Amino acid sequence: MSLSAKDKDVVKAFWAKVAPKADDIGQDALSRMLVVYPQTKTYFAHWKDLSPGSAPVKKHGATVMGGVADAVGKIDDLTAGLLDLSELHAFTLRVDPANFKILAHNILVVFATKYPNDFTPEVHMAVDKFLAALARALAEKYR
Amino acid sequence: MVVWSEQERSIINSIFSSLDYNDAGPKALSRCLIVYPWTQRYFASFGNLYNAEAIKSNPNVQAHGIKVLHGLDRAVKNMDNIKATYAELSVLHSEKLHVDPDNFKLLADCLTIVIAAKMGSAFTPEVQAAFQKFLAVVVSALGKQYH
Repeated sequence: MSLSAKDKDVVKAFWAKVAPKADDIGQDALSRMLVVYPQTKTYFAHWKDLSPGSAPVKKHGATVMGGVADAVGKIDDLTAGLLDLSELHAFTLRVDPANFKILAHNILVVFATKYPNDFTPEVHMAVDKFLAALARALAEKYR
Repeated sequence: MVVWSEQERSIINSIFSSLDYNDAGPKALSRCLIVYPWTQRYFASFGNLYNAEAIKSNPNVQAHGIKVLHGLDRAVKNMDNIKATYAELSVLHSEKLHVDPDNFKLLADCLTIVIAAKMGSAFTPEVQAAFQKFLAVVVSALGKQYH
């Protein structure tokens, strides 16, 4: 299920629309993930405060969305473009790749709440494919 | 046994009592058929599903979306025993409809997106958690009688 030229166009156009709120989106998605999928909190035991909108959640949400923005720019070759990030996740962070799907879902939910008219089924499909491709690129170096 | 807090019950009841089935049902089903096109395999008799526009305006999809959403009513009314409530429906989906139970989760995710879009910021993490917990129990119950 690789990204077609149309998928890439749809993703880039939607991203251009939502990019101004990227930090807020990241913080919201991460907050939801920690509440709705409590098992994901195990990766953040070193944070003082895991509640929605807390300082560490805000900061990390921005970091994560920075990664997504980077990926949009490298959409024509995600595997090569995200090599460093993949090594980070594989060897240092060692996040179980199943969690990429969980975070992706929450990003989609945030898009739906914030952009109900723009997040059409067609956009939803393209963005879902993109986040799945991103996750695959991130998992590239795992084994 | 699934345990529901008073808050969770209240959230679920509130969502469904203010739900426009005729709007959300078609939206959820058509979104599922568009975002996960392989789910169209179960609707060969529905006519034109060739593209997103055709799917969204297909009257069979609309009618079926409403029907499926109303199917959740019994779970809302019997939250403490969803598994037993859906035993027959589970057998139907397995023996007669031959639906791969993985599809239930796909439709549930699309319904979550539709409700999120409708509620906006009112769809807080807590509301999302309760709604997804409810759908997860429904999905599990629908898959329970498969063998």
